[in-house]
Amino acid sequence: MAINPELPIQFSRTHRLQWEEAQQKDVILYPEGMVELNQSSAEILKLCDGTRNLAQIVSELELKFATSGLINDITAFLEVALKNGWIQQN
Amino acid sequence: MAGSNKINSSPPRWLLAELTYACPLQCPYCSNPIDYAKYQAELDTEDWKRVLTQARKMGAVQLGFSGGEPLTRKDLTELVKHARDLGYYSNLITSGYGLTEEKIIQLKEAGLDHIQISIQASTQELNDHIAGTTSFQLKKEVAHLVKKHGYPMVLCVVIHSENIHQMPEILAMAEELGADYLELANTQYYGWAHANRDLLLPTKAQFEQAEQIAQAFKEKVAGKMKIYYVVPDFYENRPKACMNGWGTTFLTIAPDGVALPCHSARELPGLDCPNVKDYSIEEIWKESKAFNFFRGFEWMKEPCRSCDEKEKDFGGCRCQAYLLTGDMYNADPVCSKSPDHAVIQQAIDSAAKNTVSVDAKPLIFRNSKNSRLFS
Ligand code: SF4
Ligand code: SF4
Repeated sequence: MAINPELPIQFSRTHRLQWEEAQQKDVILYPEGMVELNQSSAEILKLCDGTRNLAQIVSELELKFATSGLINDITAFLEVALKNGWIQQN
Repeated sequence: MAGSNKINSSPPRWLLAELTYACPLQCPYCSNPIDYAKYQAELDTEDWKRVLTQARKMGAVQLGFSGGEPLTRKDLTELVKHARDLGYYSNLITSGYGLTEEKIIQLKEAGLDHIQISIQASTQELNDHIAGTTSFQLKKEVAHLVKKHGYPMVLCVVIHSENIHQMPEILAMAEELGADYLELANTQYYGWAHANRDLLLPTKAQFEQAEQIAQAFKEKVAGKMKIYYVVPDFYENRPKACMNGWGTTFLTIAPDGVALPCHSARELPGLDCPNVKDYSIEEIWKESKAFNFFRGFEWMKEPCRSCDEKEKDFGGCRCQAYLLTGDMYNADPVCSKSPDHAVIQQAIDSAAKNTVSVDAKPLIFRNSKNSRLFS
């Protein structure tokens, strides 16, 4: 499954992304399951709000962390996220 | 002795709130205790709210409302709302019986995250027979309504020898109903399922064929439907890592407020499981005898004690060790290293014999009348 660079990316309506105080981590919650996220994954997913496409997410994060060359890492992570149903594009 | 020294514990992540033992269905594999009829008292709304608040504060995040049939509790919506305010991800584990569209909408507004519906078989006749209640059409309608209102829909089918031959039709039904998740739960032999084991345990050939079909289907629907396959451990050489380790992750609260490290722990002798009416969740989780009983590895006997796999499976299930060997400290007899491993083959043989016998035992349905016979 590949990310369509044109389309905006939206976090899944049937999953929930939330900060867990007890674990000091962002997590994804879904029926009977939970995935703990590291900080960079959480930052990427928080930008998947249905208004930005891949390039916009990359440039926003590069700006935020004052760096460049993030495109490959972000694309790879979003492909995993898409495969797991955490995000959608339509 | 087990339980005498407290071991540092990780906080609970999963809270199973068994709101009631009342249920309009009578599934003969029900995991409720067979003598449930003697536990009549139920926690009230304020008790449950306090339990939810305290467990959330410790770090519990997944919450299952179960039973019995949780829909029989009048305060379900109020509890769902409270759970949402606390930040739980709440799962309603229901037979679907009594779930109207109005209720589905009400629960959604209160903040329920997902609904899991159990279906007993792929045909009306068999479903209604196993459930002991006419419910097949109703369950299918409820499944459609759950989807319609934007919940992730989880279909749960408990697998045993009476429905295992329907595996292809069960999968087709899940697809047709648009399930997002399908839980194929091979029966675990506790509670009522233990009492009915001779009638429920499939043969190895049946099990292997069904697994193959489910596996092929899993690949076919990858990306569309997720399959949770609960293995039938009688056909394994190693036990399951029960509860992810005793007192590490799961906390069950029974309808009368008794806190259990696993939902079958009521069957174990001498645990003195504490009640949430007498102690806070934190005291129960950290200090109680029951929750410390099988924490860590000190309690183990041989062969587990010196086994290099003990951190993987924690010696297996304590309830299974107790039910099948009479000693809850033993290795789970599913393990091929267990000196009692032969009891598993005996159970399999006994079930196979029952199916060909002319005076085969009848199923014992889960209802209060039968339960009182065991109390
Ligand atoms: S397994 Fe069947 S009888 Fe038991 S609580 Fe669930 S629906 Fe009711
Ligand atoms: S001997 Fe005990 S610890 Fe070792 S694999 Fe068997 S059940 Fe697990």
